[in-house]
Amino acid sequence: MLEVTDLHVSYGQSEVIHGINFEAKKNETLAIMGRNGMGKTTLFKSLIGILEVGKGSIKVDGKDVTSNESYQRVGNGIAYVPQGRMIFPTLTVQENIETGMEVSGLKRIPDDIYALFPVLQEMRHRKGGNLSGGQQQQLAIARALVTNPKVLLLDEPTEGIQPSIIKDIANILNEIQKTRDITIIVSEQVLSFTMAIADRIIVIDGGNFIHEDLRKDVDTEQISKYLSV
Amino acid sequence: MGEYTTQELISIFAMQGFAGISLFSVLLLMALGLAIIFGQMGVINMAHGEFMAVGAYTTYLVSVLSEQYFPSFVPYYFIFAILLSFFIAGALGYLAEFALIRHLYKRPLDTLLATWGLSLIMQQAFRSIFGAREVSPTLPEWLLGSYQPTETIDIPLNGLFVLGLTLVVTIGVFILMYRSSWGLRVRATVQNRVMSGAVGINTKKIDRLTFALGCGIAGIAGAAFTTIASTGPTTGSLYIVDTFMVVVFGGAGSLLGTIVSAFSIAQGQSILEFFISGSMAKVITLLSIVIFLMMRPEGLFASKVRK
Repeated sequence: MLEVTDLHVSYGQSEVIHGINFEAKKNETLAIMGRNGMGKTTLFKSLIGILEVGKGSIKVDGKDVTSNESYQRVGNGIAYVPQGRMIFPTLTVQENIETGMEVSGLKRIPDDIYALFPVLQEMRHRKGGNLSGGQQQQLAIARALVTNPKVLLLDEPTEGIQPSIIKDIANILNEIQKTRDITIIVSEQVLSFTMAIADRIIVIDGGNFIHEDLRKDVDTEQISKYLSV
Repeated sequence: MGEYTTQELISIFAMQGFAGISLFSVLLLMALGLAIIFGQMGVINMAHGEFMAVGAYTTYLVSVLSEQYFPSFVPYYFIFAILLSFFIAGALGYLAEFALIRHLYKRPLDTLLATWGLSLIMQQAFRSIFGAREVSPTLPEWLLGSYQPTETIDIPLNGLFVLGLTLVVTIGVFILMYRSSWGLRVRATVQNRVMSGAVGINTKKIDRLTFALGCGIAGIAGAAFTTIASTGPTTGSLYIVDTFMVVVFGGAGSLLGTIVSAFSIAQGQSILEFFISGSMAKVITLLSIVIFLMMRPEGLFASKVRK
Protein backbone atom coordinates (compact mmCIF):
# COMPACT_ATOMS: atom_id res chain seq x y z
CA MET A 1 0.00 0.00 0.00
CA LEU A 2 2.84 2.34 0.86
CA GLU A 3 6.08 1.78 -1.01
CA VAL A 4 9.18 3.79 -0.13
CA THR A 5 12.27 3.36 -2.27
CA ASP A 6 15.76 4.70 -1.56
CA LEU A 7 14.49 7.72 0.39
CA HIS A 8 17.01 10.45 1.18
CA VAL A 9 16.04 13.52 3.21
CA SER A 10 18.30 16.41 4.16
CA TYR A 11 18.19 19.61 6.18
CA GLY A 12 20.30 21.87 3.98
CA GLN A 13 23.60 20.08 3.50
CA SER A 14 23.24 17.53 6.27
CA GLU A 15 21.51 14.34 5.25
CA VAL A 16 19.32 12.83 7.96
CA ILE A 17 17.65 9.89 6.18
CA HIS A 18 20.14 7.84 4.20
CA GLY A 19 18.31 5.84 1.59
CA ILE A 20 15.51 3.99 3.37
CA ASN A 21 13.49 1.22 1.65
CA PHE A 22 10.31 -0.30 3.01
CA GLU A 23 6.89 -1.43 2.05
CA ALA A 24 3.78 -1.50 4.22
CA LYS A 25 1.04 -3.88 3.08
CA LYS A 26 -2.68 -3.37 3.10
CA ASN A 27 -4.19 -3.82 6.57
CA GLU A 28 -0.77 -3.96 8.16
CA THR A 29 0.30 -1.98 11.21
CA LEU A 30 3.96 -1.11 11.03
CA ALA A 31 5.87 0.44 13.92
CA ILE A 32 9.07 2.38 13.40
CA MET A 33 10.99 2.59 16.63
CA GLY A 34 14.06 4.54 17.56
CA ARG A 35 15.58 6.91 20.06
CA ASN A 36 15.27 10.70 19.85
CA GLY A 37 17.09 12.25 16.93
CA MET A 38 17.31 9.07 14.88
CA GLY A 39 15.10 10.42 12.07
CA LYS A 40 11.58 9.19 12.90
CA THR A 41 9.89 12.56 12.67
CA THR A 42 11.97 13.57 9.65
CA LEU A 43 10.89 10.38 7.90
CA PHE A 44 7.21 11.05 8.67
CA LYS A 45 7.40 14.69 7.62
CA SER A 46 8.89 13.68 4.30
CA LEU A 47 6.18 11.04 3.80
CA ILE A 48 3.40 13.63 4.19
CA GLY A 49 5.29 16.21 2.16
CA ILE A 50 6.17 18.80 4.79
CA LEU A 51 9.85 18.15 4.10
CA GLU A 52 11.15 17.81 0.59
CA VAL A 53 12.48 14.48 -0.56
CA GLY A 54 16.09 14.71 -1.75
CA LYS A 55 16.16 11.45 -3.67
CA GLY A 56 13.99 8.37 -3.91
CA SER A 57 10.29 7.78 -4.35
CA ILE A 58 7.10 7.36 -2.33
CA LYS A 59 4.17 5.42 -3.78
CA VAL A 60 0.67 5.05 -2.35
CA ASP A 61 -1.38 2.20 -3.77
CA GLY A 62 0.89 2.20 -6.83
CA LYS A 63 0.60 5.94 -7.39
CA ASP A 64 3.79 8.01 -7.19
CA VAL A 65 3.26 10.97 -4.83
CA THR A 66 6.90 12.04 -4.46
CA SER A 67 6.43 15.37 -6.21
CA ASN A 68 2.99 16.08 -4.68
CA GLU A 69 2.36 18.82 -2.18
CA SER A 70 0.96 17.85 1.23
CA TYR A 71 -2.67 18.48 0.38
CA GLN A 72 -2.39 16.40 -2.80
CA ARG A 73 -0.85 13.52 -0.87
CA VAL A 74 -3.78 13.67 1.53
CA GLY A 75 -6.05 13.49 -1.51
CA ASN A 76 -4.11 10.43 -2.66
CA GLY A 77 -4.74 8.65 0.61
CA ILE A 78 -2.10 9.55 3.18
CA ALA A 79 -3.25 10.98 6.51
CA TYR A 80 -0.96 12.39 9.15
CA VAL A 81 -1.16 12.71 12.93
CA PRO A 82 1.90 14.79 13.83
CA GLN A 83 4.05 14.71 16.90
CA GLY A 84 2.63 17.19 19.40
CA ARG A 85 -0.81 16.68 17.82
CA MET A 86 -1.01 20.13 16.19
CA ILE A 87 -4.75 20.49 16.38
CA PHE A 88 -6.16 23.95 15.60
CA PRO A 89 -6.45 25.50 19.09
CA THR A 90 -9.07 28.20 18.45
CA LEU A 91 -11.34 26.05 16.30
CA THR A 92 -13.98 23.96 18.05
CA VAL A 93 -13.60 20.20 18.21
CA GLN A 94 -16.21 19.78 15.51
CA GLU A 95 -14.54 22.35 13.25
CA ASN A 96 -11.18 20.68 13.78
CA ILE A 97 -12.59 17.41 12.48
CA GLU A 98 -14.32 19.18 9.60
CA THR A 99 -11.02 20.60 8.30
CA GLY A 100 -10.16 17.04 7.23
CA MET A 101 -13.40 16.62 5.28
CA GLU A 102 -12.29 18.87 2.43
CA VAL A 103 -10.60 16.00 0.58
CA SER A 104 -13.13 13.29 1.31
CA GLY A 105 -16.08 15.50 0.38
CA LEU A 106 -18.06 14.41 3.45
CA LYS A 107 -20.86 16.78 4.41
CA ARG A 108 -21.20 15.80 8.06
CA ILE A 109 -19.00 13.97 10.52
CA PRO A 110 -19.68 10.23 10.13
CA ASP A 111 -21.20 8.46 13.13
CA ASP A 112 -18.40 5.92 13.35
CA ILE A 113 -15.93 8.70 14.16
CA TYR A 114 -17.92 9.75 17.22
CA ALA A 115 -18.44 6.08 18.05
CA LEU A 116 -14.67 5.67 18.19
CA PHE A 117 -14.19 8.87 20.17
CA PRO A 118 -17.26 9.45 22.37
CA VAL A 119 -15.40 12.09 24.34
CA LEU A 120 -15.12 14.24 21.19
CA GLN A 121 -18.86 14.18 20.68
CA GLU A 122 -19.38 15.38 24.24
CA MET A 123 -16.91 18.21 23.73
CA ARG A 124 -17.68 19.04 20.11
CA HIS A 125 -18.44 22.71 20.85
CA ARG A 126 -15.35 23.27 23.00
CA LYS A 127 -12.25 24.92 21.56
CA GLY A 128 -9.65 22.35 20.56
CA GLY A 129 -6.98 24.20 22.53
CA ASN A 130 -8.89 23.67 25.78
CA LEU A 131 -8.80 19.88 25.57
CA SER A 132 -6.36 17.74 27.55
CA GLY A 133 -3.38 16.15 25.83
CA GLY A 134 -5.05 12.77 25.46
CA GLN A 135 -8.24 14.30 24.10
CA GLN A 136 -6.25 16.38 21.63
CA GLN A 137 -4.52 13.21 20.46
CA GLN A 138 -7.90 11.60 19.81
CA LEU A 139 -9.00 14.74 17.99
CA ALA A 140 -5.91 14.63 15.77
CA ILE A 141 -6.62 10.99 14.92
CA ALA A 142 -10.28 11.78 14.17
CA ARG A 143 -9.26 14.67 11.94
CA ALA A 144 -6.94 12.35 10.01
CA LEU A 145 -9.56 9.59 9.72
CA VAL A 146 -12.25 11.75 8.09
CA THR A 147 -9.96 12.15 5.07
CA ASN A 148 -10.68 8.43 4.42
CA PRO A 149 -7.01 7.51 4.26
CA LYS A 150 -5.45 4.38 2.82
CA VAL A 151 -2.34 5.00 4.92
CA LEU A 152 -2.46 6.55 8.39
CA LEU A 153 0.79 7.99 9.76
CA LEU A 154 1.06 8.59 13.51
CA ASP A 155 4.19 10.26 14.83
CA GLU A 156 4.78 9.38 18.50
CA PRO A 157 1.10 9.25 19.48
CA THR A 158 1.93 8.42 23.11
CA GLU A 159 4.21 11.37 23.75
CA GLY A 160 3.19 13.25 26.88
CA ILE A 161 0.12 11.12 27.53
CA GLN A 162 -0.68 9.31 30.77
CA PRO A 163 -0.39 5.48 30.78
CA SER A 164 -4.11 4.73 31.11
CA ILE A 165 -4.89 6.86 28.06
CA ILE A 166 -2.04 5.22 26.14
CA LYS A 167 -3.93 1.95 26.54
CA ASP A 168 -7.11 3.61 25.24
CA ILE A 169 -5.28 4.87 22.19
CA ALA A 170 -3.87 1.40 21.50
CA ASN A 171 -7.41 0.01 21.68
CA ILE A 172 -8.68 2.72 19.35
CA LEU A 173 -5.96 1.98 16.80
CA ASN A 174 -6.73 -1.75 16.93
CA GLU A 175 -10.40 -0.94 16.46
CA ILE A 176 -9.60 1.25 13.42
CA GLN A 177 -7.45 -1.54 11.97
CA LYS A 178 -10.29 -4.01 12.39
CA THR A 179 -13.07 -1.87 10.89
CA ARG A 180 -11.27 -0.20 7.98
CA ASP A 181 -9.07 -1.21 5.08
CA ILE A 182 -6.13 0.79 6.27
CA THR A 183 -2.39 0.64 6.65
CA ILE A 184 -1.14 2.19 9.89
CA ILE A 185 2.43 3.36 10.30
CA VAL A 186 3.37 4.56 13.74
CA SER A 187 6.63 5.89 15.14
CA GLU A 188 7.23 5.10 18.78
CA GLN A 189 9.61 4.81 21.68
CA VAL A 190 7.23 2.96 24.01
CA LEU A 191 7.70 -0.74 23.34
CA SER A 192 4.65 -1.95 25.29
CA PHE A 193 2.45 0.28 23.11
CA THR A 194 3.90 -1.04 19.85
CA MET A 195 3.62 -4.60 21.06
CA ALA A 196 -0.10 -3.96 21.61
CA ILE A 197 -0.78 -2.72 18.08
CA ALA A 198 1.95 -3.53 15.53
CA ASP A 199 2.23 -6.47 13.15
CA ARG A 200 5.82 -5.65 12.33
CA ILE A 201 8.51 -3.56 14.04
CA ILE A 202 11.41 -1.76 12.37
CA VAL A 203 14.19 -0.05 14.33
CA ILE A 204 15.65 3.16 12.91
CA ASP A 205 19.04 4.42 14.00
CA GLY A 206 20.99 7.35 12.59
CA GLY A 207 18.75 7.56 9.54
CA ASN A 208 19.04 3.86 8.60
CA PHE A 209 16.88 0.86 9.33
CA ILE A 210 18.99 -1.51 11.41
CA HIS A 211 16.56 -4.18 12.52
CA GLU A 212 13.24 -5.66 11.49
CA ASP A 213 10.96 -8.27 13.07
CA LEU A 214 7.41 -9.51 12.93
CA ARG A 215 5.73 -8.97 16.26
CA LYS A 216 5.46 -12.68 16.96
CA ASP A 217 9.23 -13.07 16.56
CA VAL A 218 10.21 -9.96 18.49
CA ASP A 219 12.88 -10.31 21.14
CA THR A 220 11.79 -7.48 23.44
CA GLU A 221 15.10 -7.37 25.24
CA GLN A 222 17.00 -6.83 22.04
CA ILE A 223 14.66 -4.02 20.93
CA SER A 224 14.86 -2.39 24.36
CA LYS A 225 18.61 -2.38 23.96
CA TYR A 226 18.29 -0.49 20.67
CA LEU A 227 15.98 2.03 22.34
CA SER A 228 18.04 2.70 25.45
CA VAL A 229 20.52 5.51 25.33
CA MET B 1 -19.85 73.95 26.98
CA GLY B 2 -21.83 76.58 28.85
CA GLU B 3 -23.03 78.38 25.74
CA TYR B 4 -25.12 75.44 24.49
CA THR B 5 -28.62 74.67 25.71
CA THR B 6 -29.50 71.10 26.61
CA GLN B 7 -31.63 70.84 23.49
CA GLU B 8 -28.72 71.94 21.32
CA LEU B 9 -26.33 69.59 23.08
CA ILE B 10 -28.59 66.63 22.40
CA SER B 11 -28.80 67.63 18.74
CA ILE B 12 -25.03 68.04 18.55
CA PHE B 13 -24.50 64.62 20.05
CA ALA B 14 -27.03 63.08 17.69
CA MET B 15 -25.55 64.69 14.58
CA GLN B 16 -21.90 64.28 15.51
CA GLY B 17 -22.74 60.78 16.63
CA PHE B 18 -24.17 60.15 13.22
CA ALA B 19 -21.18 61.71 11.47
CA GLY B 20 -19.20 59.30 13.62
CA ILE B 21 -21.33 56.46 12.33
CA SER B 22 -20.46 57.35 8.72
CA LEU B 23 -16.78 57.38 9.65
CA PHE B 24 -17.35 54.14 11.52
CA SER B 25 -18.86 52.56 8.42
CA VAL B 26 -15.93 53.41 6.17
CA LEU B 27 -13.39 52.49 8.86
CA LEU B 28 -15.14 49.22 9.51
CA LEU B 29 -15.32 48.30 5.81
CA MET B 30 -11.62 49.09 5.47
CA ALA B 31 -10.78 47.30 8.70
CA LEU B 32 -12.77 44.18 7.83
CA GLY B 33 -10.63 43.67 4.75
CA LEU B 34 -7.49 44.40 6.71
CA ALA B 35 -8.55 42.23 9.63
CA ILE B 36 -8.85 39.33 7.22
CA ILE B 37 -5.49 40.03 5.60
CA PHE B 38 -3.48 41.19 8.62
CA GLY B 39 -5.37 39.51 11.44
CA GLN B 40 -5.83 36.23 9.65
CA MET B 41 -2.87 35.99 7.29
CA GLY B 42 -0.36 38.11 9.22
CA VAL B 43 0.48 40.18 6.15
CA ILE B 44 0.94 43.89 6.85
CA ASN B 45 -0.67 45.29 3.73
CA MET B 46 0.37 48.93 3.44
CA ALA B 47 -1.36 49.14 0.06
CA HIS B 48 -4.75 48.41 1.57
CA GLY B 49 -5.73 52.08 1.35
CA GLU B 50 -4.92 52.09 -2.34
CA PHE B 51 -7.26 49.15 -2.91
CA MET B 52 -9.92 51.33 -1.32
CA ALA B 53 -8.97 54.11 -3.73
CA VAL B 54 -9.34 51.63 -6.59
CA GLY B 55 -12.92 51.09 -5.46
CA ALA B 56 -13.51 54.84 -5.23
CA TYR B 57 -12.07 55.49 -8.68
CA THR B 58 -14.08 52.62 -10.12
CA THR B 59 -17.25 54.20 -8.75
CA TYR B 60 -16.21 57.53 -10.24
CA LEU B 61 -15.57 55.95 -13.64
CA VAL B 62 -18.89 54.13 -13.66
CA SER B 63 -20.60 57.39 -12.74
CA VAL B 64 -18.91 59.32 -15.54
CA LEU B 65 -19.51 56.62 -18.11
CA SER B 66 -23.14 56.13 -17.25
CA GLU B 67 -23.75 59.88 -17.35
CA GLN B 68 -22.21 60.09 -20.78
CA TYR B 69 -23.60 56.99 -22.44
CA PHE B 70 -26.60 55.76 -20.44
CA PRO B 71 -28.28 58.72 -18.77
CA SER B 72 -31.28 56.57 -17.91
CA PHE B 73 -29.02 54.27 -15.91
CA VAL B 74 -27.77 57.09 -13.66
CA PRO B 75 -30.22 56.53 -10.77
CA TYR B 76 -29.11 52.91 -10.41
CA TYR B 77 -25.44 53.00 -11.36
CA PHE B 78 -24.31 53.14 -7.76
CA ILE B 79 -25.37 49.63 -6.86
CA PHE B 80 -23.62 48.33 -9.96
CA ALA B 81 -20.53 50.41 -9.09
CA ILE B 82 -20.31 48.80 -5.65
CA LEU B 83 -20.26 45.32 -7.17
CA LEU B 84 -17.76 46.33 -9.81
CA SER B 85 -15.51 47.96 -7.19
CA PHE B 86 -15.52 44.73 -5.24
CA PHE B 87 -14.53 42.66 -8.25
CA ILE B 88 -11.91 45.03 -9.63
CA ALA B 89 -10.20 45.60 -6.29
CA GLY B 90 -10.45 41.87 -5.60
CA ALA B 91 -8.93 40.97 -8.96
CA LEU B 92 -6.07 43.41 -8.41
CA GLY B 93 -5.55 41.93 -4.94
CA TYR B 94 -5.46 38.45 -6.46
CA LEU B 95 -2.78 39.61 -8.89
CA ALA B 96 -0.77 41.34 -6.15
CA GLU B 97 -0.83 38.18 -4.04
CA PHE B 98 0.23 36.07 -6.99
CA ALA B 99 3.01 38.35 -8.18
CA LEU B 100 4.34 39.71 -4.90
CA ILE B 101 2.96 38.71 -1.52
CA ARG B 102 3.10 34.92 -1.79
CA HIS B 103 6.87 35.03 -2.09
CA LEU B 104 7.11 36.87 1.21
CA TYR B 105 4.89 34.95 3.66
CA LYS B 106 7.89 33.88 5.69
CA ARG B 107 9.27 37.43 5.81
CA PRO B 108 6.62 39.63 7.45
CA LEU B 109 8.76 42.77 7.57
CA ASP B 110 9.53 42.48 3.88
CA THR B 111 5.83 42.34 3.06
CA LEU B 112 5.55 45.69 4.81
CA LEU B 113 8.20 47.20 2.54
CA ALA B 114 6.91 45.47 -0.59
CA THR B 115 3.30 46.52 -0.04
CA TRP B 116 4.43 50.05 0.79
CA GLY B 117 6.21 50.11 -2.56
CA LEU B 118 3.06 48.75 -4.16
CA SER B 119 1.06 51.55 -2.56
CA LEU B 120 3.44 54.18 -4.00
CA ILE B 121 3.17 52.61 -7.43
CA MET B 122 -0.60 52.58 -7.24
CA GLN B 123 -0.73 56.19 -6.04
CA GLN B 124 1.38 57.28 -8.97
CA ALA B 125 -0.81 55.26 -11.32
CA PHE B 126 -3.90 57.07 -10.00
CA ARG B 127 -2.12 60.39 -10.50
CA SER B 128 -1.16 59.51 -14.07
CA ILE B 129 -4.57 58.16 -15.02
CA PHE B 130 -7.00 60.41 -13.16
CA GLY B 131 -4.83 63.46 -12.46
CA ALA B 132 -3.84 64.92 -9.11
CA ARG B 133 -7.15 66.72 -8.61
CA GLU B 134 -9.71 65.14 -6.38
CA VAL B 135 -12.73 63.72 -8.15
CA SER B 136 -16.26 62.88 -7.07
CA PRO B 137 -18.91 60.80 -8.78
CA THR B 138 -22.33 62.36 -9.31
CA LEU B 139 -24.44 60.83 -6.62
CA PRO B 140 -27.90 59.62 -7.66
CA GLU B 141 -30.69 61.75 -6.27
CA TRP B 142 -31.95 59.22 -3.81
CA LEU B 143 -28.64 59.53 -1.96
CA LEU B 144 -28.91 63.30 -1.52
CA GLY B 145 -30.80 65.21 1.11
CA SER B 146 -31.38 64.37 4.70
CA TYR B 147 -33.81 62.99 7.17
CA GLN B 148 -35.01 65.42 9.86
CA PRO B 149 -36.49 63.76 12.90
CA THR B 150 -36.60 67.14 14.77
CA GLU B 151 -35.94 70.72 13.73
CA THR B 152 -32.35 70.80 14.91
CA ILE B 153 -31.27 67.31 13.86
CA ASP B 154 -30.19 66.60 10.27
CA ILE B 155 -29.28 63.04 9.36
CA PRO B 156 -27.78 62.80 5.84
CA LEU B 157 -29.24 60.03 3.67
CA ASN B 158 -25.86 59.04 2.20
CA GLY B 159 -24.69 58.28 5.73
CA LEU B 160 -27.70 56.03 6.28
CA PHE B 161 -27.00 54.26 3.01
CA VAL B 162 -23.35 53.66 3.88
CA LEU B 163 -24.40 52.34 7.27
CA GLY B 164 -26.79 49.89 5.63
CA LEU B 165 -24.14 48.78 3.17
CA THR B 166 -21.65 48.23 5.98
CA LEU B 167 -24.19 46.14 7.86
CA VAL B 168 -24.79 43.92 4.84
CA VAL B 169 -21.08 43.45 4.12
CA THR B 170 -20.26 42.75 7.78
CA ILE B 171 -22.96 40.13 8.08
CA GLY B 172 -21.79 38.64 4.79
CA VAL B 173 -18.19 38.41 6.00
CA PHE B 174 -19.32 36.82 9.27
CA ILE B 175 -21.36 34.18 7.50
CA LEU B 176 -18.50 33.49 5.12
CA MET B 177 -15.88 33.21 7.85
CA TYR B 178 -17.83 31.37 10.53
CA ARG B 179 -20.53 29.43 8.71
CA SER B 180 -19.02 28.32 5.42
CA SER B 181 -16.55 25.55 4.80
CA TRP B 182 -14.39 28.07 2.97
CA GLY B 183 -14.19 30.19 6.12
CA LEU B 184 -13.26 27.13 8.14
CA ARG B 185 -10.39 26.46 5.77
CA VAL B 186 -9.24 30.07 6.08
CA ARG B 187 -9.30 29.92 9.86
CA ALA B 188 -7.42 26.62 9.87
CA THR B 189 -4.78 27.91 7.46
CA VAL B 190 -4.30 31.01 9.57
CA GLN B 191 -3.61 28.99 12.68
CA ASN B 192 -1.24 26.47 11.20
CA ARG B 193 -0.41 26.64 7.52
CA VAL B 194 1.77 23.50 7.46
CA MET B 195 -0.74 21.37 9.33
CA SER B 196 -3.62 22.62 7.19
CA GLY B 197 -1.77 21.33 4.16
CA ALA B 198 -1.29 18.02 5.95
CA VAL B 199 -5.05 17.61 6.53
CA GLY B 200 -5.71 18.21 2.86
CA ILE B 201 -6.32 21.96 2.51
CA ASN B 202 -4.81 23.68 -0.52
CA THR B 203 -3.34 26.52 1.50
CA LYS B 204 -1.89 28.47 -1.42
CA LYS B 205 -5.28 28.75 -3.04
CA ILE B 206 -6.83 29.78 0.28
CA ASP B 207 -4.18 32.49 0.77
CA ARG B 208 -4.79 33.93 -2.67
CA LEU B 209 -8.57 34.02 -2.31
CA THR B 210 -8.38 35.42 1.20
CA PHE B 211 -6.15 38.24 0.08
CA ALA B 212 -8.42 38.93 -2.89
CA LEU B 213 -11.48 38.98 -0.63
CA GLY B 214 -9.82 41.44 1.76
CA CYS B 215 -8.93 43.75 -1.14
CA GLY B 216 -12.41 43.37 -2.62
CA ILE B 217 -13.96 44.53 0.64
CA ALA B 218 -11.57 47.49 0.61
CA GLY B 219 -12.98 48.22 -2.85
CA ILE B 220 -16.50 48.31 -1.41
CA ALA B 221 -15.19 50.65 1.28
CA GLY B 222 -13.92 52.88 -1.53
CA ALA B 223 -17.32 52.92 -3.23
CA ALA B 224 -18.93 53.85 0.09
CA PHE B 225 -16.27 56.46 0.67
CA THR B 226 -17.24 58.40 -2.46
CA THR B 227 -20.59 59.26 -0.87
CA ILE B 228 -19.00 61.11 2.03
CA ALA B 229 -15.83 62.67 0.56
CA SER B 230 -14.00 63.20 -2.70
CA THR B 231 -11.26 60.89 -3.94
CA GLY B 232 -7.66 61.81 -4.69
CA PRO B 233 -4.51 59.78 -5.32
CA THR B 234 -3.54 59.87 -1.64
CA THR B 235 -7.00 59.22 -0.21
CA GLY B 236 -6.10 55.66 0.69
CA SER B 237 -2.98 56.54 2.61
CA LEU B 238 -4.97 58.95 4.78
CA TYR B 239 -7.05 56.10 6.08
CA ILE B 240 -4.51 53.32 6.36
CA VAL B 241 -3.16 54.39 9.77
CA ASP B 242 -6.62 54.67 11.29
CA THR B 243 -7.48 51.30 9.82
CA PHE B 244 -4.46 49.59 11.30
CA MET B 245 -5.31 51.23 14.60
CA VAL B 246 -8.78 49.73 14.43
CA VAL B 247 -7.47 46.25 13.70
CA VAL B 248 -4.77 46.28 16.39
CA PHE B 249 -7.05 47.86 19.01
CA GLY B 250 -9.76 45.33 18.28
CA GLY B 251 -7.41 42.40 18.63
CA ALA B 252 -5.89 40.89 15.52
CA GLY B 253 -7.89 37.97 14.27
CA SER B 254 -11.12 38.90 16.03
CA LEU B 255 -13.82 40.21 13.71
CA LEU B 256 -16.08 41.16 16.62
CA GLY B 257 -13.23 43.14 18.18
CA THR B 258 -12.76 44.95 14.87
CA ILE B 259 -16.39 46.12 14.91
CA VAL B 260 -16.34 47.35 18.50
CA SER B 261 -13.00 49.03 17.98
CA ALA B 262 -14.03 50.78 14.75
CA PHE B 263 -17.14 52.03 16.53
CA SER B 264 -15.37 53.41 19.58
CA ILE B 265 -12.56 55.04 17.60
CA ALA B 266 -14.91 56.66 15.08
CA GLN B 267 -17.35 57.87 17.73
CA GLY B 268 -14.66 59.15 20.06
CA GLN B 269 -12.99 60.98 17.21
CA SER B 270 -16.13 62.51 15.80
CA ILE B 271 -17.69 63.72 19.06
CA LEU B 272 -14.38 65.12 20.34
CA GLU B 273 -13.84 66.89 17.01
CA PHE B 274 -16.82 69.14 17.59
CA PHE B 275 -15.62 70.49 20.91
CA ILE B 276 -11.85 70.64 20.31
CA SER B 277 -9.81 70.81 17.12
CA GLY B 278 -9.50 67.80 14.82
CA SER B 279 -5.83 67.23 15.53
CA MET B 280 -6.34 67.37 19.31
CA ALA B 281 -9.17 64.87 18.93
CA LYS B 282 -6.76 62.58 17.11
CA VAL B 283 -4.12 63.00 19.79
CA ILE B 284 -6.56 62.07 22.53
CA THR B 285 -7.84 59.01 20.62
CA LEU B 286 -4.31 57.83 19.88
CA LEU B 287 -3.16 58.35 23.47
CA SER B 288 -6.07 56.39 24.89
CA ILE B 289 -5.39 53.54 22.49
CA VAL B 290 -1.69 53.50 23.33
CA ILE B 291 -2.45 53.39 27.05
CA PHE B 292 -5.05 50.70 26.54
CA LEU B 293 -2.70 48.56 24.46
CA MET B 294 0.03 48.91 27.08
CA MET B 295 -2.29 47.35 29.61
CA ARG B 296 -3.80 44.82 27.21
CA PRO B 297 -1.45 44.14 24.31
CA GLU B 298 -3.69 41.52 22.71
CA GLY B 299 -6.41 44.12 22.04
CA LEU B 300 -10.08 44.28 23.02
CA PHE B 301 -11.10 40.75 22.14
CA ALA B 302 -8.65 37.90 21.91
CA SER B 303 -9.80 34.31 22.07
CA LYS B 304 -8.57 32.52 25.17
CA VAL B 305 -7.18 29.01 24.85
CA ARG B 306 -4.38 27.05 26.45
CA LYS B 307 -1.15 27.74 24.73
